[in-house]
Amino acid sequence: MTPDAILPSSPPDRPHEHAIFIALSRAKSNVMYTVSVLFTLVILLLLVLVTGYLVHIGFKSLHWSFFTEKPIPQGVEGAPGGMKPALEGTCILIGMASVVGIPIGMLCGIYLSEYSANSILATPTRFVADVLTGVPSIVVGVLGYQLVVVPMRHHYSGYAGALALAFIMIPIVARTTEEMLLLVPRSYREASIALGATKARTIMVIVLPAATGSIITGVMLAIARVAGETAPLIFTALGSTLLDPSQPFPSLTVDIYHYAQGGDRAEQQLAFAGILILILLIFVLNVIVRGFIATISRQRTH
Amino acid sequence: MSTAAETPVTTRTTVVPPAPPQEQIAARSAPPSPQRPSPRQGASDTLITPNTQRATEIHTELSTEKSIVTIENFKLSYGKAEALHGINMTIPIGKVTALIGPSGCGKSTLLRSINRLNDLIDNIRLEGRILFNGQPIHDRNVDVIELRKRMGMVFQKSNPFPMSIFENVIYALRIGGEKRRSVLYEVCERSLRGAALWEEVKDRLHQSALGMSGGQQQRLCIARAIAAEPEVLLMDEPCSALDPVATAKIEDLIYQLRGKYTVVIVTHNMQQAARCSDYTAFMYLGRLIEYGPTNSIFLNPHLKETEAYVTGRFG
Repeated sequence: MTPDAILPSSPPDRPHEHAIFIALSRAKSNVMYTVSVLFTLVILLLLVLVTGYLVHIGFKSLHWSFFTEKPIPQGVEGAPGGMKPALEGTCILIGMASVVGIPIGMLCGIYLSEYSANSILATPTRFVADVLTGVPSIVVGVLGYQLVVVPMRHHYSGYAGALALAFIMIPIVARTTEEMLLLVPRSYREASIALGATKARTIMVIVLPAATGSIITGVMLAIARVAGETAPLIFTALGSTLLDPSQPFPSLTVDIYHYAQGGDRAEQQLAFAGILILILLIFVLNVIVRGFIATISRQRTH
Repeated sequence: MSTAAETPVTTRTTVVPPAPPQEQIAARSAPPSPQRPSPRQGASDTLITPNTQRATEIHTELSTEKSIVTIENFKLSYGKAEALHGINMTIPIGKVTALIGPSGCGKSTLLRSINRLNDLIDNIRLEGRILFNGQPIHDRNVDVIELRKRMGMVFQKSNPFPMSIFENVIYALRIGGEKRRSVLYEVCERSLRGAALWEEVKDRLHQSALGMSGGQQQRLCIARAIAAEPEVLLMDEPCSALDPVATAKIEDLIYQLRGKYTVVIVTHNMQQAARCSDYTAFMYLGRLIEYGPTNSIFLNPHLKETEAYVTGRFG
């Protein structure tokens, strides 16, 4: 603990007190470091425990039939079957939600970033988007139930589920699009405008392409977020084994919710397999996003 | 415990190197503040202050030139702060006009007013007129897109679009809806040759423009600006981010462009203004102070303020 003095310094007025002060601040620094490392290890340990446990029991109940079969009720031959409809249902729901949510969110983001400079609409829109991003998803579920399911004579449907998910996606996509567009250098816009391009052309040909990578990242994060949503779907899509979006619709998360609650051991195992797959799905999405971010930053530095 | 406390202390008695002549340092590095005239200026000299009202000193040679852009009592404010206080100036056609002056004197603002690029900034207020070929550019019926197509602009920091070299050069033509490949390639080659870049990039037209060197990127921006055959080329400190070799190439280029285009160039570098311009305008604190042929501005300025600036005594 006695590093060589690199620079000569003036002597302290009271050498003894100064030495104590220095020793104390070194000690504080070391304590801070140790505590940080300790708590990081705690978090890591928790994560390893949870995923380890999930992988352990998930893999045990994961058979090929999980991907190829419908769920089979208790007591029937072949029970508990698989979660094929739920897997497909989740993919279809995400697809439909993206078709609705991404364009609306992106256009809103473009407005906020490129057109709203003098508009009184901008600040409220930004505020509402931020609030909506933080709204608990159960609220979205109840809203979807009241505004979509009830008016359709209490008819649950895949469309209602997709709408609820889209509602969650829109503010996330809007805000990330805005932020990513604001990162595009102003000089690009000026150069394009100075060459006589219209504003719309500048946005479509210069600004958006320059931000594509980062916008895709934001969109993927929004998809990963809704892929794990359960509450909105319980209130809107309900659950089923048939893939007709005008009828009650299956999804991985809602099926996990039902199976994990049931008393049947086989169904519980099915739920754990479902959880494993869901986590893998979100993990893969995150890895892809990180890959994108890495390639983008590599392009930027070139 | 640190050993620093025990080390013998020498700092306080360190020999200070002999002070350089204070006067020179002050003269070179003094901020362009009128409240602090440089020592050589002498206390009795009056420099321009923010409140000085005086007519611009315009040399008579300018009256014989045909003008393409005429600026009449042009004032511009960012919010409440007035940045340009009534500029009167004519830009001669086919000549290179340099705008010089210390940072923040309004050179760039004036340049960006000529193609109305300041429209992009909120909260801006204009007074007076700018005429382009006799037509006031701020009139309601003026198509600002059309105006900008007739004025190329090159920026301080090279800003090629993240696309291929080819697409960068022909961007203005794409805007115009030109689709014939033969025309696009012809214009691309002509513009790149015009910007003295063709030989260096002819084999990699379809590679990203971001892979070029800084000097090449800036020449690409010039090629892009001249692709649509503009009448005026506005350059905002085009060499400030370049090394001397690249700067020399751009200056040669500007020299070659005179006659074909009217060039207005903002520069911090007075040698650059002296080397490549026909006329020089000296601006200070949002006013045009003196404007005349480059030779007389540098060798025989009418005002002592101009002389002080061009000889490097302040600013």
